[in-house]
Amino acid sequence: MEPPQLGLIEQSFNSRYSNWAREALDELPDNFTITDPCISGHPIVFASRGFLKMSGYSRDQVVGRNGRMFQGPNTCRRSVMEIREAIREERGVEISLLNYRKDGTPFWMLFRMTPVFGKDEGRVIHFVAVQVPILRRRQRRRNGEGLCGEILSNSCRREVCSSSSVELAGVSAADSDCRVTALEIEEKCEASDTEKQLAATAIRNVLSVLTHYSESTGRLVCEKRFGPSFVSSSLHISLGRIKQSFVLVDPHLPDIPIVYASDAFLRMTGYARNEVLGQNCRFLTGVDTDPSALHQIKQSIQAQQACSVRILHYRKDKSSFWNLLHISPVRNATGKIAYFVGVQIEEGSVDRHGLSPEMRQLSVVGSIKVAVRISSP
Amino acid sequence: MMLRIKRVPTVVSNYQKDEGEDAARRGGGCGRNCLQKCCIPGAKLPLYTFKRAEEIPGDKCVLEHDDNQAPVAFLDSLLLGQWEDRMQRGLFRYDVTACETKVIPGRCGFMAQLNEGRHLKKRPTEFRVDKVLQPFDGNKFNFTKVGQEEVLFQFDASEDGEVQFFPDAPVDADSSPSVVAINVSPIEYGHVLLIPRILECLPQRIDRESFLLALYMAIEAGNPYFRLGYNSLGAFATINHLHFQAYYLAVPFPIEKAPTRKVTTLGDGVKISELFDYPVRGLVFEGGNTLQDLSNAVSDACIFLQDNNIPHNVLIADCGKRIFLLPQQALGEVSSELLDTQVNPAVWEISGHMVLKRKKDYEEASEENAWRLLAEVSLSEERFEEVKALIFEACSYTLSEKEDEHLTQGAGDDKPPLEGTGSINKGRNCNMVSGTQECLVLQ
Repeated sequence: MEPPQLGLIEQSFNSRYSNWAREALDELPDNFTITDPCISGHPIVFASRGFLKMSGYSRDQVVGRNGRMFQGPNTCRRSVMEIREAIREERGVEISLLNYRKDGTPFWMLFRMTPVFGKDEGRVIHFVAVQVPILRRRQRRRNGEGLCGEILSNSCRREVCSSSSVELAGVSAADSDCRVTALEIEEKCEASDTEKQLAATAIRNVLSVLTHYSESTGRLVCEKRFGPSFVSSSLHISLGRIKQSFVLVDPHLPDIPIVYASDAFLRMTGYARNEVLGQNCRFLTGVDTDPSALHQIKQSIQAQQACSVRILHYRKDKSSFWNLLHISPVRNATGKIAYFVGVQIEEGSVDRHGLSPEMRQLSVVGSIKVAVRISSP
Repeated sequence: MMLRIKRVPTVVSNYQKDEGEDAARRGGGCGRNCLQKCCIPGAKLPLYTFKRAEEIPGDKCVLEHDDNQAPVAFLDSLLLGQWEDRMQRGLFRYDVTACETKVIPGRCGFMAQLNEGRHLKKRPTEFRVDKVLQPFDGNKFNFTKVGQEEVLFQFDASEDGEVQFFPDAPVDADSSPSVVAINVSPIEYGHVLLIPRILECLPQRIDRESFLLALYMAIEAGNPYFRLGYNSLGAFATINHLHFQAYYLAVPFPIEKAPTRKVTTLGDGVKISELFDYPVRGLVFEGGNTLQDLSNAVSDACIFLQDNNIPHNVLIADCGKRIFLLPQQALGEVSSELLDTQVNPAVWEISGHMVLKRKKDYEEASEENAWRLLAEVSLSEERFEEVKALIFEACSYTLSEKEDEHLTQGAGDDKPPLEGTGSINKGRNCNMVSGTQECLVLQ
């Protein structure tokens, strides 16, 4: 199959992120590829240094080709199907997969892919795929499932046996942990939590670079399909009942943007909704804002803990006010953190019914927790 | 498939300990800031007083809050704020919002939660499981032993007919306060215990005044996702100190969605229906000319059940507009099939919210399993018809003070508890408890 012209490939990347982004991406240590589903053949438009090292190919040999080039006889077909489904449904996927290097040696890796949407277009622009080699062997037998383990043992055993006699010594010392013996190929390899973390971090790193550079070209991208408010409509309805000032931010998206802002927040700050959605809260800060307060907020989010800070914030009209800000993680039905909530109280305002500002803030947190608790991602 | 119902008591207070450990240490001056004579003097707690209503406040339960933040949202805010505060202070044994939850596929929409922290210790039950009425025992754990930090606020009727909030009110033992406390092993966010007249140390049994208090709480919260529940002894109550439970869940419970068939309307306007197409047979009480009428109808039904040793659960839903009453099979008669999920079919489970301890059970949770587990404790159709008829008789004996007199004979009688049809135990004056049990109720 004739690979698509390099011109198209380059344009796919440069027009969205500019050439400078390549340098930034090359600084990342992670293994990843960026593909463009809109170009015929769904080719790779960028492959990181780490990826090339891991797979043993040069850049020219990879860019313009489809990801299936790394699959081989023992790659689980069902897993490939899952990835194909995720692409079709324009959603993310995380799965263990057996890939092959240029020298033919197989290795297990955790494959995590996420779509990147064009903000204006509202459709998928690229897919980012991260590959974390699974170093520590973790075997999981799946009883009774017709998964790759059984498929391999039934149909591929002959190939496995024949290749086991091939010397695998060609693999470098650094890759020795990934070397897969004939027996291990048959069993699906589960990634450890560390490896999953690495994948999540890598995805974040890449998306961070991409969104940042997409701002410079004006053709913005984001990880979620852009909509009027970013949260589901049913959650939108329950949050609408809370009359105090608060925002929800999504810590999983690059730059932790606001995904919901209450009317009271907009009134307090003087901004319109479309000016704050998708933005990081830093637009509230100004010249006299204490950086240590910002630091405290950032630390709490990273530690996944609640905190209260007194911080100087600025309205749209540049006037400042002291914000008694309370931040707390909020979990959804999966039990994992879905958002952080920030509840603002303007210092000096009085609660009509006798609840202290602190208690009022906590009650907002509680109401939001109740609302988000039953929502699924 | 074998089903067995195992009693697995849960820890509701940070001060609940094994019997043996604690009994020796009990003595005055505990230094734990509890609610007993040693620590109560000088204690202060927020106090919320509600307005008594002669009519059922029809639009108390509003989903839209108007911009002037009407008081109807206030109790909700108070409870949620206080709960979140205790959460951030680390008073709960685990973060319930970190427990995965899902709707089990099927018609009913049963909900399952994977909560490994709730049933950490299996303790022998503290009382007999075959008697609904048992005397209060001060030696066992009761809510006066909880630390004051676990109490969120006092909850009582206002003196002057107005809703009021006092952030820092002294706890006046003489006024017999009722309180709302946290459940340190929560099933859901906001899980609290309403303890009527806590210092009087009432055993776990319904009386008219206490039930009305619970109903007022549902109304005051004004949130259809905030329900109250009650488990009698023998129906998986774990502490013999009168209490109701409550929590928030922002979806309808399966029991609330179950179809109902109207059965009768009482003289005072209370409408009684029965559930059908639901694993547990039960009654639904609605309406009533006044709030008291509705409250009394349910109370009287409960009192009948407890006097006749029929374990039961009660769910107060829809801001107090719908009340479900579910009698249970006596435990000894449950079939000997075995299912080791350690799910106690108490009021929340019966309503359709299952808390599962093991990942395997959570992943394999199915509507069929849930239905089967709940159906185990339901009265049979025949028995339910019997009990239903008797409940109606009991309810239509709602009488004024005057006519009550000749019925209080029951107080001194040694009428044996009833299992089958026959005469009704009529001693239902709320100040007295009939039967052979010792009574520690003080008025």
